[in-house]
Amino acid sequence: MLLNQFLILAAALFCIGVYGVLARRNAMLVLMSIELILNAVNINLVAFGALTDDVGGSVFALFTIAVAAAEVGIGLAIVLLIYRNRRSVDLTEIDLLRG
Amino acid sequence: MSVAYVAALAGETVSIGPSVVHDANWFLKNAWLIPLLPAISFALILLFGKRLAYKGAEIGIAAVTASFVLALACGVAWLDHRDSPPGEQVVLTAAESEVVDDHADTSAEEHHQWVAVQNSTQWLQSGGVEFSAGILVDGLSVMMLFVVALVSLLVHIYSTEYVAGDRRYTHFFAFLSLFTAAMLFFVLSDNVLQMIVGWELVGVCSFVLISHWWEETPNSDAGLKAFLTNRVGDVGLLIGMIVLFFTAGHGETFDVVTINSEIVAGNVDHTPLVIAALCLTAAVMSKSGQFVLHTWLPDAMAGPTPVSALIHAATMVVAGIFLVARLYPVFFEGMQIAGSSINLLATVGAVTLVLGGLLAFVQDDIKKVLAYSTVSQLGYMAMALGVGAWTAAVFHLFTHAFFKANLFLGSGSVAHAVHSFDMKTHMGGLRRYMPRTYVTFVIGALALAGIFPLAGFWSKDEILVGTGGWGLFGGTGANGAYTFHLVMGLAGAALTAAYMTRCVYLTFHGEWRGAHTQGAHHSVPHESGPRILIPLYVLSGLSIVAGLVNLPPGIGVVPDSWTERFGHFVEPAGVGYFSSIGHATPSWSLAVVSVGIAITGALLAYRYYFVRVDRLSRRLGKPITELPDGPTTKGLGRAGYTLLVNKYYLDHLYTGVIVRFTKGPLARAANWVNQNVIDSIVDASAESAVRTGHMVYDRIDQGLVDGFVDGTGIVSDITGQELRRINSGRVQSYAAILFAAAALAAGAFVIILAL
Amino acid sequence: MSRAVTLCAVSADADLMVAQNIFFAVVALAMIYAAFRVVTTGNVVHAALWLVLVLAGVAVNFLLLGAEFVAVTQVLIYVGAVIVLFLFGVMLTRASMGDDESVATEKRSMAAIVALLLFAVMAIALIDSFSDSRLVIDDPQSTALVSDAIFSRYIVPFEAVSVLLLAALIGAVVVARRD
Repeated sequence: MLLNQFLILAAALFCIGVYGVLARRNAMLVLMSIELILNAVNINLVAFGALTDDVGGSVFALFTIAVAAAEVGIGLAIVLLIYRNRRSVDLTEIDLLRG
Repeated sequence: MSVAYVAALAGETVSIGPSVVHDANWFLKNAWLIPLLPAISFALILLFGKRLAYKGAEIGIAAVTASFVLALACGVAWLDHRDSPPGEQVVLTAAESEVVDDHADTSAEEHHQWVAVQNSTQWLQSGGVEFSAGILVDGLSVMMLFVVALVSLLVHIYSTEYVAGDRRYTHFFAFLSLFTAAMLFFVLSDNVLQMIVGWELVGVCSFVLISHWWEETPNSDAGLKAFLTNRVGDVGLLIGMIVLFFTAGHGETFDVVTINSEIVAGNVDHTPLVIAALCLTAAVMSKSGQFVLHTWLPDAMAGPTPVSALIHAATMVVAGIFLVARLYPVFFEGMQIAGSSINLLATVGAVTLVLGGLLAFVQDDIKKVLAYSTVSQLGYMAMALGVGAWTAAVFHLFTHAFFKANLFLGSGSVAHAVHSFDMKTHMGGLRRYMPRTYVTFVIGALALAGIFPLAGFWSKDEILVGTGGWGLFGGTGANGAYTFHLVMGLAGAALTAAYMTRCVYLTFHGEWRGAHTQGAHHSVPHESGPRILIPLYVLSGLSIVAGLVNLPPGIGVVPDSWTERFGHFVEPAGVGYFSSIGHATPSWSLAVVSVGIAITGALLAYRYYFVRVDRLSRRLGKPITELPDGPTTKGLGRAGYTLLVNKYYLDHLYTGVIVRFTKGPLARAANWVNQNVIDSIVDASAESAVRTGHMVYDRIDQGLVDGFVDGTGIVSDITGQELRRINSGRVQSYAAILFAAAALAAGAFVIILAL
Repeated sequence: MSRAVTLCAVSADADLMVAQNIFFAVVALAMIYAAFRVVTTGNVVHAALWLVLVLAGVAVNFLLLGAEFVAVTQVLIYVGAVIVLFLFGVMLTRASMGDDESVATEKRSMAAIVALLLFAVMAIALIDSFSDSRLVIDDPQSTALVSDAIFSRYIVPFEAVSVLLLAALIGAVVVARRD
């Protein structure tokens, strides 16, 4: 197997995730797209770990999974809070950052 | 836990670890108790303080007293240890016996071993890097322990009266304890990681205590300012420490002894050392209030006076000086102090000491006078370190702690009586009402001004000699000839004497002005109680005699065995882990000149305030604070005065220019560009176009000019519209721009690499 | 696209692993299709289910790369826990189950341009640097090896992650608390 087949698959997943983050209006869907991005990173980590025969790749993939779990927890909590306050999870309506 | 006795032959490093065990004095081995006690006290006060009879103050005082006693015991043990280090009794492990056998032989005849006591334990090992926690006890840290614990103890006692009845009394004592613990922890650190922790802890505590009365906005602003200004330097600290870790620590250890000895042994390239020294200088500039980053220090006066005394005398600001003193090889080798006659550290110090002294002249707030005075004195210390006079710098730190704490607590005593810090409106003539405070304050002022034979004279003179400037005074510096710095030091001596004279006059002489501003309802000021006065007595006593511990050699009046005791015990002994500290030859003529200059400065101020202002105020029948036609009312003097009142416009620079352009989001920048740059371009081009049109109306088609003007206008309009659209407030469009920019940057990178 | 190119390159090689490569191709195509559906479908629940497919595909990739333990963790945590969390989130926010077609086309095209630009840059860089890197997976990585590494060499990141999880736990409770 070539290293590149995994890397390019990961790149494709990453870019699809980026598209989702940028184009989706529903905050839940944006969170799912972020999961795509994180998984793309994990594939890269494990693939490079396999290339260099180093266990570090797997270890950090595990760390990423843990961090992603935390991220989903916090992210959903924030989405819930937004929903409770605004009765909507549409990101286009949330523009408090406008200066 | 293992007690590692740091032992090595000249230029040879023995690995630090549990290999060598010896029986140093119990107090020296267990010096970690000293910071631990106030730290425990902090927790106890927070948990139980409010329920106790004295609201937690008793826990703080008990803990700090215990710390002080231990520090004193440590000091006594050190005196013994320094002269007869138990080198022969080193217990060996088999592997190292050969090396240390040699060492035991030589130690009997000469001080070739390091007498510092290191007691560390490893708490973490990860990826080949060991993280240890431990203490390094040598003369420097023992001296600092003594000073910090003593000043803190006096401040604690003083505070029981000064902040009595405060809304956050318990909280105040808790953080005083933590502040003390943090500083003690910092000075005992045996590795740079621990120093960073202590450094930041000190910063946090000062932030909390400066904004103690946070209900008033200026106070919390002052706390924030102190914290943020220090963050600027902390970046330098982190970078410097990382550089040291990877070069001198070989990416394996943070140990101070290892880092220092590697540098002294010449195993580190010069370039990283320069970088580390410069970064650490930035850290010192922010922490120790050196010029351009000193602006937080005067604002820190917003905190309660005991805190100011603690910050200025023993903790916080001297942390920067201590850092340089502890990691001195970095600066000594990095800045090539020995060979040159100018370097960044010394010059920053020299500039600070004069500019800070000038600023002290125009302050009406008595604490701000003292604050700028601290800035100026810290400049002396930094300059001394920069010119290679290590002992003089540390000695000045030692004496300065006493007289500055004395002055601050004295000003607090005054403020306690008149309920204000403003010398011009609420003070004057107080010597009649508060004679005891007056005497102690004057002693502190004389010591600060460097009048013979008070403490400040000896240390300041040693710094001046250490510059080695000119050489025409008969003394020689240990290193290069730092003439510029000697001149600045002498100018600073005159300034110090003069502004302290002004301060003493405005506070204690003339007529009391409080009656006019406060009306009849305020009774006349009264002397403070014993819990305020006793610390003042102790400190002013020390301000008188502290200088005698480091008499210069060869003065003839006392036997030579009495001279340079301070240097003997505080300087790192032996070779290897410290750059060799040069000693300047003392110079009588320089001493006479410096005292003469100080007295001249004092006399000029005396003539202005005590004679002329006093006479005029008596003639007018109402108290005045300066002559109506004085030097600050016209011409150049006026301009200088305005510059000083505005503090060299540094705050304007920081808040008005730097903060305004970095704080605001993209919108503000875009808006500013739109309004100022583009509009002014439009304006300017329109104006010039109109002029050109008038001048060469016949030859140039007016439509062309109009078209140009219109075009510029349209372009600027479109640009503004486009820039405004970016700032939609939608996170996703920000993210899109971010990703697109990242992709473009990465693409550029790929293309450049492919080329 | 470029996947076809790499597959051709593989088949030309002698020590190829035909079975694995075919398997990979099938899984990869399924993952990409599922990922597209995640970001394009209008139905939130469908999106979550498509996401399950992608995550399972990632686990298969880990298996192909010999990282058994990571693959198992992936299935347990992602396919098990995270998806359930998502479905709960969908339920609690009563996100519209219907189509989500009201996205402005301008925004979509912008996002598509950015994503394609990113992919182009990455693909060029990867092909440029790693075209001849070959993976030889002899035997799967043992779990003991991974755990030894976590608890010795990577103990500091491990501790940091545990603190992070605790902080996230508390944070989620504080943020979502009803008051």
